[in-house]
Amino acid sequence: MAEEFVTIEINDQPIEARKGAMLIDVADANGISIPRFCYHKKLSIAASCRMCLVEMEKSWKPVPACATPVGAGMKFWTRTDKARDAQKSIMEFLLINHPLDCPICDQGGECELQDVSVAYGSCKSNYAEVKRVVQDKDIGPLIATEMTRCIQCTRCVRFGDEIAGMREMGGVGRGDRLEIGTYIEKSLKSELSGNVIDLCPVGALTAKPSRYKARAWELQAHDAIAPHDCVGSNIQVHTFRKEVVRSVPRENDAINECWISDRDRFAYQGIYSPERIEKPMLKRDGIWYTVSWQQALDATAEILRSADPARTGALASAASTLEELYLFQRLMRGLNVRNIDHRLGQTDFADQDAAPICPYLGMPLGELEKQNAALLIGSNVRQEQPMLNHRLRKAALNGAKVMAVNPRAFDFNYDVAQQAVAPAAMVQALQAMLDDPDNSTMLALKNAEHAVVLLGNVAVQHPAFSTLRALANQIAQQTGATFGYLAESSNTVGAWVAGVVPHRLSAGRELKQPGVPVSEFLNESTRTFVLLNAELADFANPQQAMQVLSAADNVIAITPFADETVRKYATVLLPGSTFAESAGTLCNTEGRWQSFKGATEPVGEARPTWKILRVLGNTVGVPDFDWMGTEEIVAELRLELDGAEVCDNTYKNPSPQPLSLKGRGAEDGEFQRIGDVEMYRTDLLVRRAKALQAMIPTTVVRLNPQDADTLGVTDGDTLKVRQGEFSVTLPAQRDVGIPAGCAGLQAGLEISAVLGAAFGSIHITKAG
Amino acid sequence: MTELKRKSDLLSHHEREEIDSWLQRYPADKRQSALLAALRAVMHEDHYLSVEKMDAVADYIGIPEIAVYEVASFYSMFEMDKKSAAKYSISVCSNVSCMLCGSDNILEHIENKLGIKLGEATSNGKFFLKVEEECLAACSSAPMMQVNHVYHTHLTPAKVDEILDGLE
Repeated sequence: MAEEFVTIEINDQPIEARKGAMLIDVADANGISIPRFCYHKKLSIAASCRMCLVEMEKSWKPVPACATPVGAGMKFWTRTDKARDAQKSIMEFLLINHPLDCPICDQGGECELQDVSVAYGSCKSNYAEVKRVVQDKDIGPLIATEMTRCIQCTRCVRFGDEIAGMREMGGVGRGDRLEIGTYIEKSLKSELSGNVIDLCPVGALTAKPSRYKARAWELQAHDAIAPHDCVGSNIQVHTFRKEVVRSVPRENDAINECWISDRDRFAYQGIYSPERIEKPMLKRDGIWYTVSWQQALDATAEILRSADPARTGALASAASTLEELYLFQRLMRGLNVRNIDHRLGQTDFADQDAAPICPYLGMPLGELEKQNAALLIGSNVRQEQPMLNHRLRKAALNGAKVMAVNPRAFDFNYDVAQQAVAPAAMVQALQAMLDDPDNSTMLALKNAEHAVVLLGNVAVQHPAFSTLRALANQIAQQTGATFGYLAESSNTVGAWVAGVVPHRLSAGRELKQPGVPVSEFLNESTRTFVLLNAELADFANPQQAMQVLSAADNVIAITPFADETVRKYATVLLPGSTFAESAGTLCNTEGRWQSFKGATEPVGEARPTWKILRVLGNTVGVPDFDWMGTEEIVAELRLELDGAEVCDNTYKNPSPQPLSLKGRGAEDGEFQRIGDVEMYRTDLLVRRAKALQAMIPTTVVRLNPQDADTLGVTDGDTLKVRQGEFSVTLPAQRDVGIPAGCAGLQAGLEISAVLGAAFGSIHITKAG
Repeated sequence: MTELKRKSDLLSHHEREEIDSWLQRYPADKRQSALLAALRAVMHEDHYLSVEKMDAVADYIGIPEIAVYEVASFYSMFEMDKKSAAKYSISVCSNVSCMLCGSDNILEHIENKLGIKLGEATSNGKFFLKVEEECLAACSSAPMMQVNHVYHTHLTPAKVDEILDGLE
């Protein structure tokens, strides 16, 4: 149906508008300002605050612009006496119960109520009686409440229902006793909950971690890119006297719209963790010495020059910037080191030569919400990429059929036809789909106009990743669906393109003498390791990584942080930068390169990591290692790419390999571990963000109720969990979403750092 | 016993039957319509709405828990405090007509008779004297009170005694 356009008049000015569009949207699009509180372009219309009242021709009373659809010939006035009177009165009503505590309110200076009150209100009020007081609620470590300030616009309530997909807040009580809250004392659990801070037009909901840190007008805003998932959400980093005090979303409809996940909002806290290293350090005879950069670089260069390249391994976290990753591999290859990898959480590399140049979503982000069917394979997208989950949720609410094959039932906030089968059985489940073209999943994909098969992070960490990939590809091919990846880290795409893989150079170029993947060089024959922003929790098997790194002669860690564990295995610490302290580029999963400038300087003597790598390159004498800025590095990589299309998921793998995984069940205590990474333990910065850490639920071992019965345990009973030579005790939780013979115990957690493979075999007995 | 416990397990057989009968009257995608009836059923059994029971209703109907709290706290006929739970909830209308016709005396009489103040329940859990703010729409028969859902009009202290003494 073609859209019909009509001509209306606002303030005597003729305006073309889509018939039926709400007046407030038309006014916004034409730069005419109308005050509002309850209206928000991404939320449903409540029309409850009445702040947007305007005069309409032939209507004796003013109408709310947010709930008035426009039609041909309609005339509106926003600043006539009638409109002003209405706005002034509404403002007076809204302020009746609003405290005059702006001087101590965190929202002061960036408050919609304050602004609108100055512009449209009066300095007098007819109301001189007692104002009401509302008890504050504790809704968790992320959001501070001051509910007396609430004007009941219900944006936060509608956000929970419509965007976060889980309604946690509501209006309790009635009339003048109506309170916005949760009724029972509880923390908001949504992974998007922090957005209510931006939505709240007053100071009722503010960011707890940055509370009372600075006034809004003292802050400096810097455009940045969130480095915690492959979405690359656009954010603004706010600094106060060069200290990062908060992150807020920067609107980009093609990526994160006007939202960000809580992880992207609060992870900045990690920057000032006590584990931050501020000076270069060298370990001699087991004792750490603080040294000058010159000494540190000389010592590092000496180690690298004297190390046997064949017995040196270079490992980078894919949460590093493109520039860091590119320089890292150039440095290592300049030293003839071939064993370079960023795939720390992956264990199956069998088909790496058939892998695309980079794991690409297969479409622009925005297209996800236009899909009619989607099959997720090994993906907890809601936690892994909250903003992509939001797009999928929109598709689902529009009628798309979302299906999933996962090693355990993950929690979704929309209807998902989810098959939760043991990791080993995932292969059979996909094979069964392929073997039966009339399978409901296959039919749903085939019959959909737009369909997509997506490989998630759990699939990449799966012991049979290559098989899953091959099967997923075949399913996509047979059904005509698009095939795509939900990349693991903020810059996984960048890591592939920059060549931080053993078998390819930057820009995906062939390598005559390839190295071996991380699984083959992470062992005792490698004597020297260079780690770029990588730490134990990034590894698929932290226990083995710890053994190998501890046994190595030298471990050079280029990283902003060092905890006790890092200090145990490392011999050189070169303090690098975090995302807010250095210019850089991140490539998101749709293949979009987003560059940003540093918001502030690194703490102490820490330096931008790319500069450390460059100077290190100069010090060891790698030729042609002179870049003046990050732009030059990106330009060089683009030159190497020579316009080649890297976003192409074409995959040719002969045939999927059969798979046998252990996990026999409760009788002998051997279980197959399902070690998906906890949402707030994904990268080194998030792991040190205090408020987010407080959001992590108590660690439990999830068991299928049948297995729990066999072991004779109920919820809360203590279990002895052993992997390799280490064991820990943890409480049990029965969970029907865990397949029989499996045990859900997340990875990335502090306690799982002593454990072995995330998807390995695990021994569980009842303790005591 | 491999089934996991569900929050809705708390609902009694009778409560489920009642909710089911109301659910049948509404379209399948409008299950929240049965919420008021469900809360009425719980009130009938427990004389108040505990958080656990409200969560049970939310689970049974399939709506967010907060949506149940919102409705329960909106309507004055629902009690959400265990201390207000009593077999008989007495509301003495105190709006203009009743007040002019002596509702203050009636209230005072009941308070003395039961030994409780407005807003309190007797220790045996039999009577709860509810703070009623709304006009109960029986002005022509003032003064009046409501005991559970029964209206008693043209009250005198003697008539009040008769009514309350006659309750089991």
